[in-house]
Amino acid sequence: MTAWTGTWRLARLALRRDRIMLPVWIVGITLLTWAGVQGVASAYASEAERAAGASFAAANSATRIFDGPASGTDIGSMAMVETMGKLAIYVALMSGQAIIRHTRREEETGRAELVGASVVGRYARLTAALAVAVGASLVLGACVAAVVAANDLPWAGSLLAGATITGVGICFAGIAAVAAQIATTQRGSNAIVGAALGLAFVLRATGDALGTIADGGVRVVSAWPSWLSPIGWAQQVRAFDQDNWGVVALFGALAVVLVAVAYALTSRRDLGAGMVRERSGPASAPAALLSPFGLAWRLQRMQLLAWGCAAACWSAPLGALGDSANDMADASAQLKQLLEAIAPGASMVDLYFAYVMGLLGIVAAAYTVQALLRMRTEEATGRLEPLLSSAVGRRRWLASHAVIAAAGSVVVLLVSGVSGAIGYWAVTGDLGGAVGVIGAATVYVPAVLVVGAFVITAFALAPRWAPAIAWFALAAVLTVSQFGDTFDLPQWALNVSPFTHIPLVPARALTLGPLFWLVGAAAALVALSFAAFRRRDLAIAA
Amino acid sequence: MDAAIVTTDLKKRYGKTTALDGVNLTVETGEIHGFLGPNGAGKSTTIRILLGLIRADAGAVTILGGDPWRDAVALHRRLAYVPGDVNLWPNLTGGEAIDLLASLRGGFDKVRRDEMVERFQLDPTRRCSAYSKGNRQKVAIVAAFASDVELYLLDEPTSGLDPLMESVFQDVVREGASDGRTVLLSSHILSEAESLCDRVSIIREGRIVETGTLDEMRHLTRTSVHVVTARLPVDLAELPGVHDLEMHVDGAAFEVDAEHFDTVLGYLTGCSVLALTSTPPTLEDLFLRHYGDELAKLNGNGNGAGGAR
Repeated sequence: MTAWTGTWRLARLALRRDRIMLPVWIVGITLLTWAGVQGVASAYASEAERAAGASFAAANSATRIFDGPASGTDIGSMAMVETMGKLAIYVALMSGQAIIRHTRREEETGRAELVGASVVGRYARLTAALAVAVGASLVLGACVAAVVAANDLPWAGSLLAGATITGVGICFAGIAAVAAQIATTQRGSNAIVGAALGLAFVLRATGDALGTIADGGVRVVSAWPSWLSPIGWAQQVRAFDQDNWGVVALFGALAVVLVAVAYALTSRRDLGAGMVRERSGPASAPAALLSPFGLAWRLQRMQLLAWGCAAACWSAPLGALGDSANDMADASAQLKQLLEAIAPGASMVDLYFAYVMGLLGIVAAAYTVQALLRMRTEEATGRLEPLLSSAVGRRRWLASHAVIAAAGSVVVLLVSGVSGAIGYWAVTGDLGGAVGVIGAATVYVPAVLVVGAFVITAFALAPRWAPAIAWFALAAVLTVSQFGDTFDLPQWALNVSPFTHIPLVPARALTLGPLFWLVGAAAALVALSFAAFRRRDLAIAA
Repeated sequence: MDAAIVTTDLKKRYGKTTALDGVNLTVETGEIHGFLGPNGAGKSTTIRILLGLIRADAGAVTILGGDPWRDAVALHRRLAYVPGDVNLWPNLTGGEAIDLLASLRGGFDKVRRDEMVERFQLDPTRRCSAYSKGNRQKVAIVAAFASDVELYLLDEPTSGLDPLMESVFQDVVREGASDGRTVLLSSHILSEAESLCDRVSIIREGRIVETGTLDEMRHLTRTSVHVVTARLPVDLAELPGVHDLEMHVDGAAFEVDAEHFDTVLGYLTGCSVLALTSTPPTLEDLFLRHYGDELAKLNGNGNGAGGAR
């Protein structure tokens, strides 16, 4: 028996367990690539539009931070600038999570012990996980190359784009392999990978923001921090522009080093142990924890913090971009058409904010859904049972989670509005306009509350189905607001989404009627849910 | 005194499965009542109905004089519950979880809580995610017994405890049950029930098949006897109530029904008894009387009553 005995069997087991998860990731990222390339190709029909778009992207610091360094006026390279940064994040998540799922999670749940007691070598589990993640990255790279080439782009650049995606996937497989040796829990390992991904993004964004404009204003030469980040490398490859195949070697080199470190760590530690010692906590509870509300807040607060930060990080640059809405609309006839369809005659900046805050409203609703589904998790795992066996009434428990989710949703919307306003104000100094941005975000509070009330209703009436129903509802709301016009959906279908009824301030005047109706609908659903939850059995085992 | 728990003809179905098929359970105030049955017999379902977490399809429940579905919160202040499978919040420490569970019940004795943590050798500063099953169980037990309540509902509370902690648990239950407090202890560890319980009820396929004190129940079954006599008791086989007789060179081994014990003893005295050991039926014997057929089925032989396949 060698240290690798059993690798092949474990890899097959991992593939079997991921038979839904990995194909969904691969197909999803491939479709996003296709949509991204399509979008760029149709947005910039003429050479003149491409030149305008590229100089805008090179000159604007917000697009440099969000998308990356402008790389000329070729359709392919412009598509890569707009999509590669996001695709790199998705592939990093796919491959990093796969590694942790098959290594640290197995140890945490004790399954690794069961398997490790059979004929399985010391390195088999890590090797099997790496094989699965690297294999998935290779398949995804091939799919990406194929869909890029399918948009009438040259094969050389398409293959390079695919190789870049694979390279990012392999790098983050390496990072996750090391993270899985360090932390003792799946959550902890995922947090390390998330932090590495965040650092990679920030380094790249800093390097690109500090870069210099070259070649007649359509190219950005990034500063050195971009070269410290795998996501930065993905863009320095500059497929279809410079085709820097040499950069791909960096992915390989980093991955080899990380994997070697992971193997060295795995042979130096016990099964189940990590590199950081478990911290001990307080021996007794603070008074603030000792109520249903206190517990719910403890369970929910990190999640709210994460969503709040994400909303701020997303909204502030979008706000800073607001001033250039006119330039953007001039650069892209498609964007102009999209915005003018919202409210004909309004100013481009107002339309832009109405559109952007509509999106951020749905982001807030996603927080609401996730926060409320925590109730179902508590019930399904059996943690609700001892609570409701104490002197805590069902209504009180439900109310504590509902209040936190509702208040949290308002906070996420306010953070979106305020940080967008600060971004806009920092660029323009226009205080009145900035206040309008806050209004554009907060007007979505009633719509988000209706989504939340719907989730609570699903939880009260059909607990086992609540997660599926809730996420489906959110997807439906997103589809209606983003593609309602594209798909030519009938009006009744549009009306089902609460977001359809929100007045699009600042592009249109604020009308209070629909807001009151929405709040009333939310209140009615919540009242129904409280009555229903009081009457149903706990659904404990999933 | 009124009974602490009375259920009458309790029924509960989950889809096509019948979980409870008419449970009649009475637990007197001040007793430790064992609730025995294998997994899936309906113990946890019954206890969840007693807690008002689920509602019975038919039948009546009274617990501490109230209706657990309607008066859940008021009743829960007067009782404590230890679930069979304790799940805790991974990011809370064990100490925080104890304080939370105990104080949500409405106040607890801090000194008693610390003493219990000490006795169960629990490290309250560790995160619940790092606890083994046994340690999670201890958290729930400590939280329950730190509160001063009238009724303890314990659903297989010791399934993850080691023998040392099991004995600490038994002491804690005995102390808890003094001063007229009531305990309903669901278990499939028969030795535990035998040493703790005043009365037991045996549940099988959603019905109570036997209930009473151990002594009462022993009367319903056989005692095993091993006897050494000067003269061989050759007529034993003729006597009523004697079963499984084995003749030895110096005596005999057999089982005898409780109501014929006296007659048999009288006959043995006539044979000049040199030594006699009589073993009363253990709870396991009582239990297997109700589950013998199932056991036979599981073991693949058809000897048990109704166990033939």
